[in-house]
Amino acid sequence: MRDFWRRFRRNKGALVGLAVLAAVLCLALFAPLIDGGDPWAMVQRPFLPPFELAHTLFGTDTLGRDIGTGLVYGARVSLMIGFVSTVAALVLGVTLGAVSGYYGGWIDAALMRFTELFQTVPSFALAIVLVAIFQPSVGSIVTAIAIVSWPPVARLVRGEFLTLRQRDFVEAARLDGQSDLRIIFVELLPNAASSIVVMASLMVATAILLESSLSFMGLGDPDLMSWGFMIGAARTVLRQAWWMSVFPGLAILMTVLALNLVGEGLSDGLNTKLGGGRGNAGL
Amino acid sequence: MLRRDFIKIASATTGLIAAGQPWTAFSQGVANGVLNVAINPEPPGLMLALIQNGPTQLVAGNIYEGLLRYDAELNPMPGLAASWTISEDALTYSFKLKPGVTWHDGKPFSADDVVFSVDKLLRETHARLRSSLVAVDSITAPDADTVIFKLKYPFGPFIGLFEVGTMPIVPKHLYDGTDYRTNPANNTPIGTGPFKFKEWVKGSYIQLVRHEAYHEAGFPGIDGIYFHVIPDAASRAAAYESGKMDVMPGGTIEYFDIQRLKALPKTDVTTKGWEFFGPHCWMWLNNRSGPLADVRVRKAIMYALDREAMKNVAWYGFGKVATGPFSTTTRFHSDDVTPYPHDKAKAKALLAEAGYKGETLRLLPLPYGETWQRFAEMARQNLAEVGIKVELQATDVAGWNEKLNNWDYDLAFTYLYQYGDPALGVQRNYTTSNIQKGSPWNNVSGYSNPKVDELFERGAKEPNPTRRRAIYTEAQKILVDEVPVAWLIELEFPTIYRSNIQNLVNSAIGLNDGFARAKVTKA
Repeated sequence: MRDFWRRFRRNKGALVGLAVLAAVLCLALFAPLIDGGDPWAMVQRPFLPPFELAHTLFGTDTLGRDIGTGLVYGARVSLMIGFVSTVAALVLGVTLGAVSGYYGGWIDAALMRFTELFQTVPSFALAIVLVAIFQPSVGSIVTAIAIVSWPPVARLVRGEFLTLRQRDFVEAARLDGQSDLRIIFVELLPNAASSIVVMASLMVATAILLESSLSFMGLGDPDLMSWGFMIGAARTVLRQAWWMSVFPGLAILMTVLALNLVGEGLSDGLNTKLGGGRGNAGL
Repeated sequence: MLRRDFIKIASATTGLIAAGQPWTAFSQGVANGVLNVAINPEPPGLMLALIQNGPTQLVAGNIYEGLLRYDAELNPMPGLAASWTISEDALTYSFKLKPGVTWHDGKPFSADDVVFSVDKLLRETHARLRSSLVAVDSITAPDADTVIFKLKYPFGPFIGLFEVGTMPIVPKHLYDGTDYRTNPANNTPIGTGPFKFKEWVKGSYIQLVRHEAYHEAGFPGIDGIYFHVIPDAASRAAAYESGKMDVMPGGTIEYFDIQRLKALPKTDVTTKGWEFFGPHCWMWLNNRSGPLADVRVRKAIMYALDREAMKNVAWYGFGKVATGPFSTTTRFHSDDVTPYPHDKAKAKALLAEAGYKGETLRLLPLPYGETWQRFAEMARQNLAEVGIKVELQATDVAGWNEKLNNWDYDLAFTYLYQYGDPALGVQRNYTTSNIQKGSPWNNVSGYSNPKVDELFERGAKEPNPTRRRAIYTEAQKILVDEVPVAWLIELEFPTIYRSNIQNLVNSAIGLNDGFARAKVTKA
């Protein structure tokens, strides 16, 4: 663990990313404390430019809703959808990938053809279709994002498993009479975890972007104030009111960038080859 | 047919940019008397007797004519008919036609054309007119200049049926004995109107040129019109800003762009020309069950909605707050009804009295783009402020239709045209006989009151305008007290045009009445 932190720390970008992410996380967790308002409340005159009034520092949108409040509550929605859909995609992807990689043969062939089926369809187009069919709501958005994001996980896990399962310690476990399930969970999965963690951090970023894009196109949950929704609603008045799209745009940019930096840091931290101390005993 | 079709298709066809058009098609501008008019979506055809959607009416109103025209107060004015008389018993309407009118192909126009158009062709092809023609017993032409309509019973709105979109007159010599829908003449429409069809380049433009032998001396005042098909809203606004367009008909410019275009030099905006249509917007309240079955909850909703703010913010100041079921431009509109000012305290008190326990109500916005979405968000916020839980349901046009058709909603936005007369455009939404699944345009809320049924029934068959007014005033009073729906805004669809175009809008159907009387002065 100390080695991990040492390697992670070496990546300055990752530290910045971690700080930003922590800030956004706090914003999301303590939203009602930071800004008690309702993000949908029409609190001031519409089209109020930013930095004119102290309590609507970021200005108001076309209906007079406070952009600042929207940013705070939008953090909740974006992170929540990002994490939940990633977890769902991981469960699906890891399961399929593990089964495929561990058993191989016709099971592997069948599952991989199934995975390719999803990979051949452009993910954003598929997400749009899914949300449009099931009507936009948090549930349908999370499901759609999960459905379009699991195939790369499945392929990654399968690849890892394919190499790992031929290692001696797996053979030993098998001779020991351990069950398949136990081998997968106790022997194989922990050894594949580092790549999965790195991928997951990037998937959260992708999920946030996907949710924003869907909301931008008017396919967000109409009862949730998200950053993408804010930009989508402000798009038509971009020439009159830059602040309505710039602030939520920056919020998305910062969060996604932070997640990518952290992902890179995780990759460094979990990569035992990079050294950084006693480390690399496993190899 | 409905302006919503405009917006619906407009929002469905994003991405197509005007850059693909032959800009050479844009004439040298207003100065030489040729107008460039934006149109969206592209009309499916120009034969007005077969198709009556918005874009078709906009173009074909220049090609075809009706017997009468209507001023902004919906009083009849001469069209193809020079004069008309209504018999004492209101059962016989006789029209004297204008002499010397010719079709675009040079053939003379006569009473036979009118009888053929109305009695044979339109009866078969025009659904909205057909339901009114039920009252007509016979249509005859005793001589070449006279047409007589005999009714089975007095029908109050009858004199309001003769505008070009409701009753376009088509040439008998081209259509009699043919299959109307496949007649090749549909592609090169021939009418009596001020402009002749010249060319239609699909996806690009429709060109009309002046009809030299037009029957009103001195008209048309311009040489021709190009209708440019520009599917993307932003491109349409840009085309006007860059000077390539002269006239932007209502609905072609989004409300949030109007402010910007209005500020351009030598640009005028008018909201006139929609009096006949009277687009009226309200929120359906499902009267059948749940909290909304209680009139106190429905009243509370009326008090909770800040309709003035909706008009000013969501509609950028365009429109009027609706006072009841009749648009102010519809005949027999009455202001003598209970007003519902924005009053949160009153709304809360009514809810408490009705025993509303915080049940969630589903709200269906109209899926016609930005403006409607913001409008729905404001309504949800207003209702939340008095403690009504509302959940917005995202939907597309098909879903919206389906939910209303099956009464599967609690609150739903809509707007409908009123066609100038309560018997044509109001009655259908409030009478018991119009409670039928399968249409989003009838009595969707399920409101039923025998007294109201009886008043509307009587109003339609009452020929005397004074007595009709009394009947409809009573009906409006009852309706506004019982709040079958929450009336919101009388919509306005502003037309934007260059200041040097004079007399562009001069009747109750606005640009749909054709550009005959418009004139261009030197800029």
